[in-house]
Amino acid sequence: MFNFGVVTNWINDMLLSVMPQWAATLIECIVIGVILLLLYALLALFYILYERKLCAWFQCRLGPMRVGPWGLLQVFADMFKILIKEIIPLKNTDKFLFGLAPYLVIASSVIMFACLPWGYGLQIIDYNIGILFILAVSSCGVIGILLAGWSSNNKYTLIGAMRSGAQMVSYELSLGLAILTIIVLAGTMNINDLVWAQEDGWFLFKGHVPAFIAFVIYLIAATAETNRGPFDLPEAEHELIAGYHTEYSGIHYGFFYLAEYLNLFVVSGIATLMFLGGWMPLHVPGWEGFNAIMDYIPSVVWFLGKAFFISFVIIWFKWTFPRVRIDQMLAFEWKYLMPFALFNLVLMAVFVALGWHF
Amino acid sequence: MVNIQEKISKICPSATFEEGQHLLVTVPDKDWYQLAKALKEDADLNFDVLSALVGMDWKDSLGCLYYLTSTKNDWQMLTVKVATEDRQNPMLHSVSDLWKVALFQEREVYDFYGIKFINHPDMRRFFLRNDWVGHPLRKDYDANPELNPIRLTDEADEDKTCSYVEENGKIKKVEGRVFGEDEYVVNFGPQHPSTHGVMRFRTAIDGEVIKKVDVVSGYIHRGIEKLCEDLTYPQTLHFTDRMDYMSAHMNRHCLCMCIEKAMGLEIPRRAQVIRVMMDELMRISSHLLSFGCMTMDLGATTAFFYGFREREQVLDIFDKTCGARMSMNYNVIGGVVADLHPDFVKDVKALCAIMPKRLEEYHKLFTGNIIGQNRTKGVGVLSKEDAINYAITGPSGRASGFACDCRKRHPYAIYNELNFNEVVMTEGDSFARYLLRLKEIEESVKILEQLVDRIPEGEIRAQVPKIIKLPAGRWYQQVEASRGVFGVFIESDGNKNPYRVHFQSPCFNLVGVMDVCCKDHLIADLITIGAALDFVIPDIDR
Repeated sequence: MFNFGVVTNWINDMLLSVMPQWAATLIECIVIGVILLLLYALLALFYILYERKLCAWFQCRLGPMRVGPWGLLQVFADMFKILIKEIIPLKNTDKFLFGLAPYLVIASSVIMFACLPWGYGLQIIDYNIGILFILAVSSCGVIGILLAGWSSNNKYTLIGAMRSGAQMVSYELSLGLAILTIIVLAGTMNINDLVWAQEDGWFLFKGHVPAFIAFVIYLIAATAETNRGPFDLPEAEHELIAGYHTEYSGIHYGFFYLAEYLNLFVVSGIATLMFLGGWMPLHVPGWEGFNAIMDYIPSVVWFLGKAFFISFVIIWFKWTFPRVRIDQMLAFEWKYLMPFALFNLVLMAVFVALGWHF
Repeated sequence: MVNIQEKISKICPSATFEEGQHLLVTVPDKDWYQLAKALKEDADLNFDVLSALVGMDWKDSLGCLYYLTSTKNDWQMLTVKVATEDRQNPMLHSVSDLWKVALFQEREVYDFYGIKFINHPDMRRFFLRNDWVGHPLRKDYDANPELNPIRLTDEADEDKTCSYVEENGKIKKVEGRVFGEDEYVVNFGPQHPSTHGVMRFRTAIDGEVIKKVDVVSGYIHRGIEKLCEDLTYPQTLHFTDRMDYMSAHMNRHCLCMCIEKAMGLEIPRRAQVIRVMMDELMRISSHLLSFGCMTMDLGATTAFFYGFREREQVLDIFDKTCGARMSMNYNVIGGVVADLHPDFVKDVKALCAIMPKRLEEYHKLFTGNIIGQNRTKGVGVLSKEDAINYAITGPSGRASGFACDCRKRHPYAIYNELNFNEVVMTEGDSFARYLLRLKEIEESVKILEQLVDRIPEGEIRAQVPKIIKLPAGRWYQQVEASRGVFGVFIESDGNKNPYRVHFQSPCFNLVGVMDVCCKDHLIADLITIGAALDFVIPDIDR
């Protein structure tokens, strides 16, 4: 496996040789920031095309075909369109909060994005409580959504925001419990350590039944967290037009849109990290030859491949299921999913205590 | 008939009778409510469905024609005429507490004729704005555009309503409000993705729970009935395709049949068979659209495309034979306008062959889905009594157990020779309505299979005179359209254009139950119920 840390350390050493520590750190921060934002935008474009094509194939259609070969340039055209669109100023809105809301949403999304382990040695922030940090930041996004719904001064957005508040706060519990289950198994919250702990097998396989249950719970809760179908009630277009972002236009609307797609990638990335070994190749203990071949595939490809697969599953949900209703959704979370996740946590604790895991 | 006549004279000695297509009873307004009550509640008469309420202006008097149907008495029909000579302040007694369907029908009559209904709880205009001057379907209506310019301001006094209450022989106007001061009103439409057109619902909600639905209609009203009065009979035909555009063939079939019946015209058998086949193809396409739109409203967008894939095939058949995919303009007085395309038989057979497999696919995709079932089962339940009271026909009525298929009750064209089942369910909820439509597709396929190899040779059109004049009189004809019983009423004074045409659309009755069905459900259920009832707006705003 190629360690990207070699490259980054080399760059760091080179910078240090010509300038003091603070200047090097500053330059590195700026470069990394620019790369992150660029990656964020590009990945969002890829995801938009990915979903549109997948959805089209699910629906016996071809999807965008006109702009570029197989419609590959369609997303760029869409992006430029949304960039040059006018931001319509509205009367009777709370101007400050109305303007602030999309930035809050996108900021929380970018910070989560920055925490993901992209490959061997390719990680930007590495705390000892990394996964807790991700969860904490993800909760901030809901504030942006609530603000957007409230400040628009529109009944639809208000209902959308109320729904989204109820939904995201509720499903965060299950999400957190599913992740906690794996933390019990791994014994660490450090993202780097979590990946290395899966060198001899992914947690999904190592953790027996409780890990598998946690994976399913995580997938359901993550779908709800990202406001995607069948849990897309906050923006249920057939009921609330577009929910909390009904009144937004131009790039402000684009920010919500971007954050939505990137959150899909982020939750897929976290699922990859917690259950499918992050960037770690598929290793089977004892099969040395197989493991060696797997190691030839770059770690970035592993990470992106797994994340795209999880995203595929979540997109598949959306284009198969009808939307649930608000009361059914909350009942499902509080009456079934959360108690079950709690029970699963205890089960995992028992498994770990008795040493039944691999 | 004699029996009914005797009974009515016993209840109401002032009634006079006139034979015709249906027995016509004329009663003075003072005895009307008492007779209406007896007609509905008497065990022998039992006219429990108000099939049509037609406002009329006879120049010397204003009034209404009530077409009543008895479900228990062999679907017999009776016409009651009630009129008033007061043109300045015309008033009739409301029957909206007996037949709930009259709640909206009487508002329509008030809107167009200015007849105020005593004891009607909510006497507002239905289609036109509150500040409209005059009542357009009256014969003395002043159509001067200066009286009713295009207004660019919001409607004033939207929330005000009134009713006319009779107290000690005196009529008193009582002011009221549609919504209370402290109710939180959320507006759906007229521009909303799920109202299936330009429809507007004002809902009072408590959290997400709906307390009341107020239907505001008329955004695309075209005044078809008024327009028809100035046109010759063949010219009126094309309007029918533009009412319920998903039942274009049936609607036009109905108007053609009504005119043919009045002319006493015999239709060639080939034309009859073609008409029935087209009707059934139309029904399939309509139910597929309904399936698609309902699933899409519930968030299952993929199912929508599956439904539309097959609908496309039906539309291709129309395209080849009729030359259009919508607004086909295919039926004409005396038959059909053009002969079948050579590919017709082959295409219909192909459609019949794939439909069962496709239906199975729909069931897999949506019917069996637990989320879909949770969203639709027990939502918007309409009891059989309510269905009859509100005259809900078609798939929505049959889902409530009201066996109202006009093809069975009043067979027309060649339906009495065909072997098909009337699908009736008893649950009355949105899921039953959804499932019933898919089952009806099977029945329509069955009809098509019976006919496709037996299309007789011969003329496609009967000989009709160059100028069509109907003898003086009145006719009422019903057909089973995709969404329920569609009725056409024609009153002729012997001229080449009709004196009065009325279209009794099934969707008009369907929006009437939105309030009943949605009460105490959630906002999301409003969409489900609307989609399951499946009204088409141009059919309401005729």
